[in-house]
Amino acid sequence: MEIDIGSSCRASETETNVESATTKREEPAGAKKLNGDSVFRYLTTLFAFSILAILALMLYEMTGESMPAIKAFGWKFVKSSDWDAVQETFGALPYLYGSVVSSVFALLLATPLSIGAALFITEIAPGRLGSIVAPLVELLAAIPSVIYGLWGVLVMAPWLQTTVQPFLIEHFGFIPLFEGAPYGVSMLAAIFILMIMVVPIITSITREVLLAVPQSQKEAAIALGATRWETIKMAILPYGKSGIMGAAILGLGRAIGETMAVTMVIGNAPNISLSLLSPAYTMPSVIANEFAETTSKLHAAALMEIGLILMVVTLIVNALARLLIWSVSESAKGGAA
Amino acid sequence: MMRSMTFRKAKNYLMSLTMLACTLAVLIPLGLIFFHIVKMGLSSLSLDFFTQIPKPTGEAGGGVANGMFGSLIMIAGASVIGLPIGILGAIYLSEFGGSKMSTTIRFAADVLSGTPSIITGMVAYTLLVVPMKGFSSLAGSVALAMIMIPIVLRTTEEQLKMVPGSLREASLALGVPFWRTSLKVTLRSAFSGVLTGILLSVARVAGETAPLLFTALGNQFWSKNILEPMAALPLQIFSFAIAPYEDWHRLAWAGALVLVTVMFALSLTARYFGRSRHAR
Repeated sequence: MEIDIGSSCRASETETNVESATTKREEPAGAKKLNGDSVFRYLTTLFAFSILAILALMLYEMTGESMPAIKAFGWKFVKSSDWDAVQETFGALPYLYGSVVSSVFALLLATPLSIGAALFITEIAPGRLGSIVAPLVELLAAIPSVIYGLWGVLVMAPWLQTTVQPFLIEHFGFIPLFEGAPYGVSMLAAIFILMIMVVPIITSITREVLLAVPQSQKEAAIALGATRWETIKMAILPYGKSGIMGAAILGLGRAIGETMAVTMVIGNAPNISLSLLSPAYTMPSVIANEFAETTSKLHAAALMEIGLILMVVTLIVNALARLLIWSVSESAKGGAA
Repeated sequence: MMRSMTFRKAKNYLMSLTMLACTLAVLIPLGLIFFHIVKMGLSSLSLDFFTQIPKPTGEAGGGVANGMFGSLIMIAGASVIGLPIGILGAIYLSEFGGSKMSTTIRFAADVLSGTPSIITGMVAYTLLVVPMKGFSSLAGSVALAMIMIPIVLRTTEEQLKMVPGSLREASLALGVPFWRTSLKVTLRSAFSGVLTGILLSVARVAGETAPLLFTALGNQFWSKNILEPMAALPLQIFSFAIAPYEDWHRLAWAGALVLVTVMFALSLTARYFGRSRHAR
């Protein structure tokens, strides 16, 4: 490591030391040479607090802009499914329903797969293999959602329409979940694409959580004669439980807020239908489709209110997830100390 | 109750197989996506793709030169706004911050990075597009910066914390003021790690589409004014993909290939810098 101490030292001859700089805090900005340290301190403080300011500003703006809709509709906004820009009545129920159903189903499918994959990478796979698969999964988490959407609408949806959906209708059509005609673009397509998208996220975080499980835990189980699966079941999973839950909830937050890919495959029809085969709509999708060309102030405010609901929900979900994940990494640190 | 060893071994074997199956189920769709992007993308790439702007509906050919240019401009703008805030904020967290305040800011950054990106687009719309009475790539840059800041902040902070305290003390003992120590010693020692964070954040915003929908809006033509609507590659992929024309689909696939290649190149470079630091 090379540090240019010589030049720093020479430069510092023109500066006063740390002590006197902090005592001269009240000096005007013109005396920069004297209190570089306090200027620096104020500057970094300002930038750090701007994070809080951005978050506060976002909440403030979203609330302010959605006020007309909140005043006009009150609770009816989340109970009604009338969304008519011409009549200026707005009820967001179909979008709420679509968001909840698509993300919950996606999470139910993704979580077990992710836990299995993370366990395989950390516990089962022979060293080399695990170290190839893990970065691969992380790289896949970085693919932009518009590309998932492109693949979803041009490859997956047609495949669903010609293969999967007719099969489901023929054999499981008596279940209301699989009633109707095969459209391709549908709630089912949104669930699948969301599942594919959140799996890398949940897998990589679960993997981190599993890596934080102390070696001594595993060794204790192995010393008792446990098989590999028993070690996982008795020692690893209980230890990482809350962290894994955090990972799943983080995946939920991502799924709820996912915009582009879902907009491209869900069909964008404000239906509340039990069938997973019919097109639906989600909160981010309706914003993406309508916000740039709103017809009235109230229309814009209604979309803002949907955005506000979306933001508050993801805020809560993310805060919860972070707390759970932090609790594991903190206790791991405590255990090591 | 002790079960027989054979039963336990069989169960162990079965569960290992299940986990392998899970891993395959995770990797297969992702492999398929890859396969299609490369296959469709390669067959659709041409020189025109990099030099032309989109042709009017129905005409064959055309490219996305304006979108790539627009993406570059907006990413540069987002970096100019976001990097100083992220890096200097990180210096506060690692060098000055009291523990309670830092935890709050860290938590806010984590929550902010989990906020749906379309929300940053809406906020940039109310803050810039409405007052300025028009969509602009400047608003797009601001929306992207809001996504960049928490990523840069968190990665930079982690890297700064890894710089040993003795290095700072050595510099301070020589009489170097604290601010110079922070910038010239602490930040410089962590440089490769910080660069990793920057590259990852650029890779992340390069593919963002939702925040640009109501800020940069997109543009069929060349636009070099940051106060006007501007095309962006992700926006073009989106509009080409949902249009019912075979030719536009080909452009979308080629765009996806370019975008994925750029992002993977960025991630790999970031990994390289991140790794070389730890290896030292």
